[in-house]
Amino acid sequence: MPINDYIFLSLALFCVGVTGVLIRRNAIIIFMSVELMLNAVNLMLVAFSKFHQDPSAQVFVFFVMVVAAAEVSVGLAIIVMMYRHTHSVDVSNMNRLKH
Amino acid sequence: MSMMIQYVWLIPLFPLAGFLLNGIAGKSLSKKFTGLIACGAVFAAFILSVMIFMAVDTTGFTVQQVHLFDFFSVGRLRVPVDFQVDQLTVIFLLIITGVGLLIHIYSIAYMKADEGFARYFSYLNLFVFFMLLLVLGANYVILFIGWEGVGLCSYLLIGFWFDRDAYNQAAKKAFIMNRIGDLGFLIGLFLMFSRFRSFSFSAVFSQASTLGMNHGVIIAITLLLFIGATGKSAQIPLYTWLPDAMAGPTPVSALIHAATMVTAGIYMIARSNILYTLAPFSQHIVAVIGLATAVFAASIALKQYDIKKVLAYSTVSQLGYMFLGLGVGNYSGAVFHVMTHAFFKALLFLGAGVVIHAMGGEQDIRKMGGLRSKLPITYWTFLIACLAISGIPPLSGFFSKDEILGHAFSQNPLLYLIGLGGALLTAFYMFRLFFMTFHGSFRGTSEQAHHLHEGPPAMTVPLILLALLAIAGGWVGIPASLHGSNHLGAFLSPVFAASRSLAENPAASNTVQVMLMIIATVLTILIILWARNRYIRYKDTGEESRGLSGWFAHAGYVNECYDILVSRPLKAFSGFLDRIMESQVIDGLVNGVGKAVHWSSRQVRLLQSGQVGGYVFGMVAGAIILFVIGFFLIR
Repeated sequence: MPINDYIFLSLALFCVGVTGVLIRRNAIIIFMSVELMLNAVNLMLVAFSKFHQDPSAQVFVFFVMVVAAAEVSVGLAIIVMMYRHTHSVDVSNMNRLKH
Repeated sequence: MSMMIQYVWLIPLFPLAGFLLNGIAGKSLSKKFTGLIACGAVFAAFILSVMIFMAVDTTGFTVQQVHLFDFFSVGRLRVPVDFQVDQLTVIFLLIITGVGLLIHIYSIAYMKADEGFARYFSYLNLFVFFMLLLVLGANYVILFIGWEGVGLCSYLLIGFWFDRDAYNQAAKKAFIMNRIGDLGFLIGLFLMFSRFRSFSFSAVFSQASTLGMNHGVIIAITLLLFIGATGKSAQIPLYTWLPDAMAGPTPVSALIHAATMVTAGIYMIARSNILYTLAPFSQHIVAVIGLATAVFAASIALKQYDIKKVLAYSTVSQLGYMFLGLGVGNYSGAVFHVMTHAFFKALLFLGAGVVIHAMGGEQDIRKMGGLRSKLPITYWTFLIACLAISGIPPLSGFFSKDEILGHAFSQNPLLYLIGLGGALLTAFYMFRLFFMTFHGSFRGTSEQAHHLHEGPPAMTVPLILLALLAIAGGWVGIPASLHGSNHLGAFLSPVFAASRSLAENPAASNTVQVMLMIIATVLTILIILWARNRYIRYKDTGEESRGLSGWFAHAGYVNECYDILVSRPLKAFSGFLDRIMESQVIDGLVNGVGKAVHWSSRQVRLLQSGQVGGYVFGMVAGAIILFVIGFFLIR
């Protein structure tokens, strides 16, 4: 398959992920969108690895996945704390930083 | 004796030391000691001046310069502090220290009861120092330092009783008018430097002689220097400060505004005689303005009732005669008149001081009269001074004034006629003053009558000495037409030799001169008799002068004119600058910057909404923009 198709697919997935982070108010959905962005990047890395016949990009994918896993555990812990304080997972409740 | 000239710098040093001593320690010293220091300083300067005079009076004497130190040196401009000793300098030294000494002694008695005794004498010594600096300088910069310094001391001494607002105004007026003249003087100096690359007399004069007659630069320089002289020596148009300067103590008026400071302009022009001879155009202007001032001021003096104001306008008028002398090329005659005028005008002022003292501060001559019996010494010395100023032979004023008028006649008989008219006015107003003050019946209060007494010896002895000088002072300048040898003219001739070689100013023949003298003397005696008839039994009718007399009584409304033409526009302009420019424009700008910062900070604060979504949006947008920019820059 031509490389362009993989690039477009990866780009589309990334943009959907960014839009989700910007628009959605539910913290868990925002998290899902972040995971979507990471997976889009993974997809692109694997596609280029096959295209350039270089396996080091596939090794990098493993690193990305490990980091994603660690980030999920910490992030979910924060969301649990948030729920215990405000009894909701709505991000617009977190506005105490304002002047 | 010629070794003495190397020590000429001691002459101004003594008054400077007197100023410092009395200025710093005066309050803690007794009044007697203060007076002793001040008079001693001037006395020492006088003795040294006499010794320098004897050194200069030897045959074969040439101008000597004494270099002290370099004042400053910048680029091509080098200003050394040099003193120059020649005949002109030494005459002025003697006048300043001699008459100054008599006035210092007089002041000890006059200012006895004043609290500012030490301050007065320190200012007076400072003035003598600066005046000596003025006449000793070998270049225009040192002259100008002395010039400015005497202006400063004049301000300090006119406003001596500084708690009276009117006196402060008079002092400010004197200083500011002097400064206007000094602006002209400075521009003349700049022009001089730009053309001749030097300020020293010898360099400027030798270069100027190569330029030929009526050269544009020389005309400009001489006119500008003359503007400075009109300010310092109270000529039209910058003379109105001098009548107001009578607010100062009377000995100050005698020293500064009669005998010395106001003669600085004449000294400067006499020193620059070669420049003026090279520019006959400027010389004519000097003569015309001098003559106009002489007659105008004399007319105003006719209608004044304050004893000191009459003498002030008389000084302005006599200074006009000196400028007339300079303007017709009779430089030694002008210096001669400086000398004789110093004698009789100082005498007049000091005598007026005794009168004012005796009258308990009253200066209006309508309230005086019959003072002859109570103040005999003052009476006789005042009479001698009035005869001298009117030009009655053989007193001093006759010789100096007729020398000037004689030269004026040979240049243009019209100048002589107007000058003679002014001389007759002089005789009239002086004797009007004399008869109203000393003759007739006493018109003051009985309280004042009880207080009338002659002055103490410290006051009367200087009067007598000055009277002797006023009688005999003219005998050094008896002209050839009267079989004299004109010692003063011969003494001063080396100073004016270059001018004489350039422009021969032949005096009229001897017979013509003697005829003019006889005419002038006869007319003057008639005028004096007329004044006597009119004023010897004066009764104050209290009527105000009207018409032309009224115009002169108000000093030609010149002060009012200056107020409308100069002061009010300046005040209006300064008011505009304060209300509009200062409060609205400049303050508006400065405060506006503060307001702008406040407003922009308020706008920026809105970014901190606390909404996390907003912050994330900002991050994403920023990252996109950076990528786009980077993408285009990589090209």
